Amino acid sequence: MAKYLLLKHYRGAPAAVNDVPMDQWTPEEISAHVQYMNDFAARLEKTGEFVDGQALAPEGSWVRYDGEGRPPVTDGPFAETKDLIAGWMVIDVDSHERAVELAGELSAAPGAGGKPIHEWLELRPFLTAHPTGEECIAHE
Amino acid sequence: MNEALLRGLTPSVLTVLVRRGADFAAAEDAVQDALVEAVRVWPDEQPHDPKGWLITVAWRKFLDATRADTARRRREDRVDEEPAPGPTPSVDDTLQLYFLCAHPSLSPSSAVALTLRAVGGLTTRQIAQAYLVPEATMAQRISRAKRTVSGVRFDRPGDVATVLRVLYLVFNEGYSGDVDLAAEAIRLTRQLAATIDHPEVSGLLALMLLHHARRASRTAPDGSLVPLAEQDRGRWDTKSIAEGIEILQSALARDRLGEFQAQAAIAALHADAPTAEETDWVQIVEWYDELAALTDSPVVRLNRAVAIGEADGPRAGLTALAELPDSLPRHTAAAAYLHERDGDLTTAARLYAEAAQRASNLAERDYLTRQAARLNTTLRSRQPAPARLPEERPRPL
Repeated sequence: MAKYLLLKHYRGAPAAVNDVPMDQWTPEEISAHVQYMNDFAARLEKTGEFVDGQALAPEGSWVRYDGEGRPPVTDGPFAETKDLIAGWMVIDVDSHERAVELAGELSAAPGAGGKPIHEWLELRPFLTAHPTGEECIAHE
Repeated sequence: MNEALLRGLTPSVLTVLVRRGADFAAAEDAVQDALVEAVRVWPDEQPHDPKGWLITVAWRKFLDATRADTARRRREDRVDEEPAPGPTPSVDDTLQLYFLCAHPSLSPSSAVALTLRAVGGLTTRQIAQAYLVPEATMAQRISRAKRTVSGVRFDRPGDVATVLRVLYLVFNEGYSGDVDLAAEAIRLTRQLAATIDHPEVSGLLALMLLHHARRASRTAPDGSLVPLAEQDRGRWDTKSIAEGIEILQSALARDRLGEFQAQAAIAALHADAPTAEETDWVQIVEWYDELAALTDSPVVRLNRAVAIGEADGPRAGLTALAELPDSLPRHTAAAAYLHERDGDLTTAARLYAEAAQRASNLAERDYLTRQAARLNTTLRSRQPAPARLPEERPRPL
């Protein structure tokens, strides 16, 4: 099994195909979208591949240490250009192919006009804490 | 195997051990061990005297742990094997336990965790699940909390207000995992009300019952929020409402008003209205005035502005809202609502979308996004499609 992080971006990802802000959809389209996301997570729980899912507020700040006895510096000069993570889902799957397949399904969530959003999701493999069995054997 | 019975006995068993001279942290561990033992043994043979059984087992666990400690430290202190039966703990003892677990030296999250475990008899795992943190994290939080209050004298009068704040926090956490924290908060507040005669304890219990009565109607089948005005009032729990109102009335009759009684009064006025249109907003505004005099909470003043909008019209509500800093949580959402009531859908749609960006939870964010979507859909259908210039095309020269 391998863990992957599916990252959704508010900003910083290439534009989605069906790129309409949610407040411009109809209420029914929003319901369909939410339903799709809930069903997706529920299905992954049933298949034993769901680990965690969290959403983040769009408001955030950059923070940096500014030296002994000084308060940290917040929000550098790049506030307007920063990448904004909207949330994540962690999955535990058998193969990279399966991770890609699931990310593709998530990206197909319906949006404006009931059509898939085709949004870009970032798929990042977890680094495991220890070499896995296969790697060990390969080096023996 | 009645878990409720078991957990109801927790505080008095714990206080017996403390009265017998066990230190609080060790006694609390011993009681938890005894509870685990009970869960294992009782299904086969429930003792005739469950409390006596728990006290005996917990005391033995405490002695074993003390002996192990003593052996480790090579001390020769002899612990008296069979102590003289301690006095049956009075209700006062349970009250002391509430005070201890809500001690001002504890952070709110520590006080909540310690109260749920020592007074509520929940396991560390259950508390961790309810607050969505790893069990190891919660175990550390609880043991640190126990260390913090280990020097606190058990016979000092505590502060009821701190206890009420802790119980209110538990109640507001609501429901996640298999532990219903709202129901647990009600149980603990009911138990507290039985040990101390205090109008604010009654006020908090009434508030919880009145609020909890609406739980079934507060979310739609798909999990989305249903605002008060749109809730199916037929699904409100009338038994809970009746009990809440009765408790509140006898508290108010004592003429020692406090913030929880005032909040309960507002909840009671909502519960009393057969339809949303029949809500007595004028009286609700009066209660908000009382509440604002009791606590200088900006949240109260924000809610008051919304109530004024219902009682005296949206313009009056917007005027009241304008006096409050717009950095307040839900300020933008309240403004959006009042502008919509005032007929300015364009402003309302913009503010709903902005409020959604600032929401602190998913249910609220989705709700506000839907409001923006609903208004934008209405606006689109009203307006002719915007005139478009023909696209500039590169033409062959």
